[in-house]
Amino acid sequence: MLSQTLQYLFSGLTNGAIYALSALGFSLIYNASGVINFAQGEFIMLGGVAAVLLTSAGVPLPLAILLAVLMVAVVGLLLEKFAIEPAGDADVVSLIIITIGASIFLQGVAQVVFGKGQRALAPFTGDAPIVIAGASLLPQSLWMIGTGAVIVLVLAWFFGRTRLGKAMLATAHNRLAARLVGINTRHVLALSFVISAALGAIAGVVSAPITLTSYDVGIMVGLKGFVAATLGGLGSGVGAVAGGLILGLTEALAAGYISSAYKDAVPFVLIILILFFMPRGLFGARVTERV
Amino acid sequence: MSKFMLRMTGIALAAFALSPGAHAQAPIKIGSPLAVTGGASFLGDPELKTLQLYIEKINGEGGVLGRKLELVSYDDGGAPDKAIGFTKRLIEEDKVDIIVGGSTTGATMAMVPLVEKAGIPFISLAGAVVIIEPVKKWVFKTPHTDRMAAEKVFEDMKKRGLTKIGLLSENSGFGQSGKKEALAVAGKYGIQIVAEEMYGPKDADVTTQLTKIKNTAGVQAIFVFGFGSGPAVVTKNIGQLGITLPHYESHGVASEEYIKLSGKAAEGVRLPAAALLVAEVLPNSDPQKPVVMGYSKTYKDRYKQDVSTFGGHAYDGLMIAVAAFKRAGSTDPAKVRDAIEQTRGFIGTGGVVNMSATDHMGLDLSAFRMLEIRNGTWTLAK
Repeated sequence: MLSQTLQYLFSGLTNGAIYALSALGFSLIYNASGVINFAQGEFIMLGGVAAVLLTSAGVPLPLAILLAVLMVAVVGLLLEKFAIEPAGDADVVSLIIITIGASIFLQGVAQVVFGKGQRALAPFTGDAPIVIAGASLLPQSLWMIGTGAVIVLVLAWFFGRTRLGKAMLATAHNRLAARLVGINTRHVLALSFVISAALGAIAGVVSAPITLTSYDVGIMVGLKGFVAATLGGLGSGVGAVAGGLILGLTEALAAGYISSAYKDAVPFVLIILILFFMPRGLFGARVTERV
Repeated sequence: MSKFMLRMTGIALAAFALSPGAHAQAPIKIGSPLAVTGGASFLGDPELKTLQLYIEKINGEGGVLGRKLELVSYDDGGAPDKAIGFTKRLIEEDKVDIIVGGSTTGATMAMVPLVEKAGIPFISLAGAVVIIEPVKKWVFKTPHTDRMAAEKVFEDMKKRGLTKIGLLSENSGFGQSGKKEALAVAGKYGIQIVAEEMYGPKDADVTTQLTKIKNTAGVQAIFVFGFGSGPAVVTKNIGQLGITLPHYESHGVASEEYIKLSGKAAEGVRLPAAALLVAEVLPNSDPQKPVVMGYSKTYKDRYKQDVSTFGGHAYDGLMIAVAAFKRAGSTDPAKVRDAIEQTRGFIGTGGVVNMSATDHMGLDLSAFRMLEIRNGTWTLAK
């Protein structure tokens, strides 16, 4: 009985870690621009696919990861330069719609370039499961959870301690005021896309051994990541991770103790409840809108 | 299009119509709405390529009844509403002699009322049983059904004395249709489904569902009904949990990709598959061997891609149609329809086809081979 429950928790942690990594990217761009970037799932997909292609071409894994992250960061920059920036001072909703278009475009390109097949990346440290009290967990799940934790710490330091991070926060808060105090808001927006593309790529590479990877893997990961970010409170790093893990664990427990047919419905009911009572999510900033 | 272009096209058409012999040698038109793009493009893409390849080949060999074949194909993206529009166009404007197409069950079922009304023979390339049950006068199909896949698996389980099983199905169209059919025919083979779980096609971890199945009292085997990457994740998870119960998959994973993705966890997995995918391991005495080897080679030579059963369904549809035209000796729709219904002993990529007035598919369980994965490759299960 104990081992059964523990297995449900491990299963939830594995799925939750993927959602958390995806949610972090949403949170970052939201922090810097107020935009919800629906192409975030595609950054994750591109990271995984690029790493798989590079390793199968004979590039050693660490170098492949680095190159994949750099390549996707460049894609993030190009996306901002050619799709977001030309929109000028368009409102946030228009920018969000542009990101949806970009997501469809990136998927289409990936489908043509990489084909429609599925690939798997080799696990970083083998695939012998770690057995604890009769339940088993893959080492790769620990890599995902660890990566998520490191990213949260780095982001907290970046936004709390560096000038650039603070400039990003200021831009998101009030673009005009930020410009008045001498912040180049154009650069800030471009930078936020670069960082969150890189973040997405890291998430994609770390989760690729478990999720497998194909041109359409980003849709579901992106959607669940968005839900996790909303649940935890958009803009909060800790919230993103908490939201992801809560989502994953609820799904697993619902599948285990209620029914796997309803496992996708239960978390959504939970989210409706949480957002009803806490509209800004669990860890979202308490902001009062002045009219 | 500019006015000038329109006029030029008109002149060209008129010239073609007036040219001597154009009517006598009018091609036999084969209409084909297919899901060439979109979510079901893995069906429509090889289907279209197969039709193009073989129509070109047949025309090179002199055509049928002394006439060339002409393919009129539209991309319905797997959407039923588009399939309806294109079918209308095929019947009313293109005036096709037969329709070979309809990649998805949704598109096919949307097309059925139109072809029934117009009285045009229609060979569908989609899977579900509803297409041919109840029998529709003008509608035929070439692919095997998911019910047959479930029956083949249960037949093998019965032979091995496995009667209590856990069913894990994917919450996709393919998985749910398979689950429905599996539940419907389990009793016939004395199989009891003691645990029933579901997973999402993009789930990264299904150890929860597998733990539940493993801990169900009396469970003797696991049957997974899914398509694409989902079953590979399930298989890896079965390996991770160290579950040693006999593991069956559906025909939805019969691709090299599944073995590659699942790694050593796929060892010992059994599944039903069409002969086409295992052309090389078939014994030489197998009547389907020459057909599937021939199709595989022709397709691979031309497109440098692995064959899929879907392209094979299109091959079977086209060949059944061609044979029917020859037997009917004309393109008269009623005669061609009767000739298709009289298809007997036709050896296609999907199996040996014996149609009748009550069976518009004509395949039996021998269309599937029970395979076992041994040393990272397919072998025929004993």
